[in-house]
Amino acid sequence: MASLPTGSPRPAFRALAQCFIPETARATDSQWRALESAVATALAARPARLRRQVRLFVRLIGFTARARYGTGFAGLGAARGTALLEGLAASRVLLFRRGVWGLRTLVMLGWYTDPAVIAALGYRASAAGWEARR
Amino acid sequence: MSAVRCHVAIVGSGAGGGTVAAALAPLVAAGKRVLVLERGPRFLDEDFTGRELDMAPALYADEGGFLTADGTMTLAFARGYGGSTIVYTGTSLIAPRRVIEQWAVPGIDYADLERRSRKYMEENGVQLLPPALVNENNQLFATGAAAAGFHAEQFPLNLRGCRGSSLCNLGCPNAAKQGTNRVQLPRAERMGVEVVTRALVTRLGERRLHVTVSARPAGGKGAEPEWAPGDYEIEAETVVLAGGVLGTTPLLLGSGLPGLPRRLGAGFTCHPAHILVAEHAREITNDVGHPKSFFVDRAEAEGYVLETCMYFPFITAKNLTGFGAGHSTFMQAFPRLQMILVLACDKAVPDNRIAVDRKGRPVVHYRFTDQVIESMVRATRASARIFFAAGALRVHAPSADPPLLEAAEAPRIDQRIDARHFRTGTISISAAHLMGGCAMGRDAASSVTDSRGVVHGLPWLRVADASLFPDSLEINPYLTIMALADRVAEGVLQDTAR
Repeated sequence: MASLPTGSPRPAFRALAQCFIPETARATDSQWRALESAVATALAARPARLRRQVRLFVRLIGFTARARYGTGFAGLGAARGTALLEGLAASRVLLFRRGVWGLRTLVMLGWYTDPAVIAALGYRASAAGWEARR
Repeated sequence: MSAVRCHVAIVGSGAGGGTVAAALAPLVAAGKRVLVLERGPRFLDEDFTGRELDMAPALYADEGGFLTADGTMTLAFARGYGGSTIVYTGTSLIAPRRVIEQWAVPGIDYADLERRSRKYMEENGVQLLPPALVNENNQLFATGAAAAGFHAEQFPLNLRGCRGSSLCNLGCPNAAKQGTNRVQLPRAERMGVEVVTRALVTRLGERRLHVTVSARPAGGKGAEPEWAPGDYEIEAETVVLAGGVLGTTPLLLGSGLPGLPRRLGAGFTCHPAHILVAEHAREITNDVGHPKSFFVDRAEAEGYVLETCMYFPFITAKNLTGFGAGHSTFMQAFPRLQMILVLACDKAVPDNRIAVDRKGRPVVHYRFTDQVIESMVRATRASARIFFAAGALRVHAPSADPPLLEAAEAPRIDQRIDARHFRTGTISISAAHLMGGCAMGRDAASSVTDSRGVVHGLPWLRVADASLFPDSLEINPYLTIMALADRVAEGVLQDTAR
């Protein structure tokens, strides 16, 4: 069974996603399910070592949130959560920068492959190519 | 375990393997058995849906996100009948003379490579896209380049009946792109070459291959394999490795064959690339039409090449640095976005090499040299000039901090875009032109194969893919792979005749 990097507590994953892509705050239940499924499927296909690294990094974020704000990441709210992630992304430590890059890329994979989301962006590529535009 | 004997076993079916298969097909009429072993599936025309979430996992290793050892670059390579020719854009350029001369491989003559390249340009329907089919994303590049003082050239493309889906990198849904899956492999099969898909070579021994054929997974794309699922021991008089750079070298490294050249795995190059995006005031045609019509070649003078490109929403999102509201705002401008792909012409250096882990899986060690970072920065500055000359409102430049440059900042491009902002781990860098690992050369001390792809000391074993390149090609590689593979096949034919 494929799983999210946060394991079972979904609020933490959704809080991360909302910091990376603010529009996900307005996602429907089915959009969340699709996003989470895409992320879990992508992770399941990657090497076990990489999956472990992602899970460890998510724990590190939770630990940092508790150490700095006295609450888990899900309890931080968008502003403090985003600030925490931006801090890690700007870190001198490559592992932290890579970790944020990897997590945000996973969330973007889940969101920007949703047909409704990309249609709303105005993306219209189709097999019919030019014929569809004339 | 089933035993199979053949005259030639070709591992891989992309630009190299497909070319060798077609060139060796006449051997079948002479009673020789020729096999192609492809680890990916044989995709059906209806499989190419153009949806990123469907196609990336089906076509690409690690969904296109294979990471280098330090996790700072993703490498894209496809698996399937046709290899990476399924997913390239069909840009068909002959290798630059100066690069081939700098390679200085004894036996490789530029005129010979050029002649062979032209043969495949003819065979694979290479042509220039008619102006009426060039979209605004490409037109803006050409006009912007001219206005900014750059010389843009039109890409020759291997197309027949392109409808302009713009989906080349997810596999053409209209069978227009003329990769080996459309040209060389079908012809080889008509002449009796056997192509076995879903056939993973797990071990290479002296004239032997251990192969595992897998059934199509439930709900998976592609046809069932041609052979019954199971394990096979293949005995071949000649083995040609053409599984791509991250197929061939790892297979050799994991083989334990005695006497393999010391240089095996060295000399990996890849044209590190990233996508630059600019926003215009009006909508432009960007997600319709062939995505890659023009390029600016500054390889010799400044170490980079700029190419037009247009990517799908997720790839675009991934390539914009950062996250949050600013990132989202840029994504919402999608119909107004123009894109340029910048490629750095890296050089073979000792740190950059291919290895294998304990399970024989490829590990790529890659460090961005100062030369590569400077090339990417120069390329980013040039792209920003082209974008602004084309009328862009703002440009997203990963090696600027903050990354958004407004048009008013155009006079400060050199100050704003600077190598000190090039921070690995925050910039999405990817590469699809994987080269090296089995470099051609004079002898076993300085290279892995000779100019016909024969592995030094192992006359039954040849390499026929981009692994052969002793250094970066500095331009899109598939036509050169085909030209070199043609030489490899010619060598096999000559050996067989003897």
